[in-house]
Amino acid sequence: MSRPRRADDLRVPVALLIPSLIGVAILVLPMLGLLLRAPWRDLPSILVSQEVLTALRLSLTTATVATLVALACGVPVAWLLARTALPGRALLRGLVTVPLVLPPVIGGVALLMVFGRRGVIGSWLDETFGVSLPFTTAAVVVAQVFVAMPFLIVAVEGALRTTDSRYEDVAATLGAGSWTTFRRVTLPAVAPGVLAGAVLCWARALGEFGATVTFAGSLPGTTRTLPIEAYVAIGAGDSDVAVVLSLLMIVVSVAILVGLRERWIGTA
Amino acid sequence: MNRGAGRGGVVAVTAATALVGAACGGSATAPASGDAPGGTVTVLAAASLTEPFERLADRLGEEYPDLEVVFSFGPSSGLVEQVVSGAPADVLATADTGTMDNAVAAGVVDGEPAVFARNTLALVVPAANPGGVTGLADLAREDLLVAICEPQVPCGTAAGRLLDAAGVVAAPDTLTTDVKEAAALVALGEADAALIYRTDAVAEGDAVETVPAPDSDAVVNDYPVAVLADAPNPAGARAVVAAITGELGRSILAEAGFLEP
Repeated sequence: MSRPRRADDLRVPVALLIPSLIGVAILVLPMLGLLLRAPWRDLPSILVSQEVLTALRLSLTTATVATLVALACGVPVAWLLARTALPGRALLRGLVTVPLVLPPVIGGVALLMVFGRRGVIGSWLDETFGVSLPFTTAAVVVAQVFVAMPFLIVAVEGALRTTDSRYEDVAATLGAGSWTTFRRVTLPAVAPGVLAGAVLCWARALGEFGATVTFAGSLPGTTRTLPIEAYVAIGAGDSDVAVVLSLLMIVVSVAILVGLRERWIGTA
Repeated sequence: MNRGAGRGGVVAVTAATALVGAACGGSATAPASGDAPGGTVTVLAAASLTEPFERLADRLGEEYPDLEVVFSFGPSSGLVEQVVSGAPADVLATADTGTMDNAVAAGVVDGEPAVFARNTLALVVPAANPGGVTGLADLAREDLLVAICEPQVPCGTAAGRLLDAAGVVAAPDTLTTDVKEAAALVALGEADAALIYRTDAVAEGDAVETVPAPDSDAVVNDYPVAVLADAPNPAGARAVVAAITGELGRSILAEAGFLEP
């Protein structure tokens, strides 16, 4: 691993080169295709159009709120998973990370069945407080938290597992309570991991579509986020808007993933 | 379903049915006798056509065992976009003439589209009408959850015309990309009211109630159908369009609540 790489290490067997090129093409060509198809002349006017700005503002706000919620709840979950001998921990880890592999639309249906007005919790909320969650901006945040929080949990749990827990033991022997230890020792030690998890979570929340459109619906300014705006645009036959929005999402995602890799995952 | 029949007999039977069909129907678009349509026909159709078209395909399958009709239902404007982008489809049926005009203008349609059905909107509420909706004016109420189609899709265009005519400024809580989504929200009880096609109200059965909205008859959507210029199976496509615009299609569409063109 630490052996310095020489130029001739870059010689790749054809058996690996061909499939890898195909693999890269499958992943990258669609995005390049968008560049070819982009309406460059109209791009600025589309980007500053009222619909796009409204959707962008809503997306940025909800994804940020969702990330804050995920931080407040997800970091403790990650700590439980990494630092305690909770019975059924493996099952808990499985359950809280299911949304990583679940089709988001399924998540949206589940949310609607639970928090919808006929849902188990939703009907109670409606009857007791007169509160209805679906089709509100809060529902967008709930859908985003549901889909994106697992990314944060996984990142923070990983960070916790790779940091030395001896400092925490020392803090405890010096008389620090468990809350103080967590706040003053554990959290600073895993701060880069938490930050990386939060950025991933934010990016995932920003791109959330399926659960949002199913559970929160699509109304400009209230629930129509950027990805939904793109979907509506293509459904309405307005492919130029859809292409511009797709490009915008890709630029943001690439910037985040490249930045993350450089800063926290350490490829150097 | 129809694939189980003995192969040898099938050819004879289809040839005979085609002959009989051509003789009785006398339609110019009917397939020529002797070569019964076969293969797969891909039909892109407005979401509101889901139930009658599936029934039509079943009946057509009995008549032409070698013909398999595959559907993709969705918002008309999105379907047109798919065709323009090169979706390999044979037949396009939209929920209004505006979307079909776009397809014609893009040069993806073969010949003149034919209007085969008409539809009007209905104001629907969940069973037992929890929101106490009595008319179109209630769509402006802030306390109700209202679902209306996206203005760019035909059901939304029609809804806009209807609301304008009634002088109602609706306060929708969600704009759906196709009419089935709006219908489902009402059927689930998650929306208090929606404007959907009367045929979709029929399709939802007891799950929804229709609130009389006298003005709704004023807004009528014409449904056109056309064979696509790049249809991989033009013969099959013509047979399907003939069935849609012919006697069989008429009776099935009427049963689903569509009006005669």
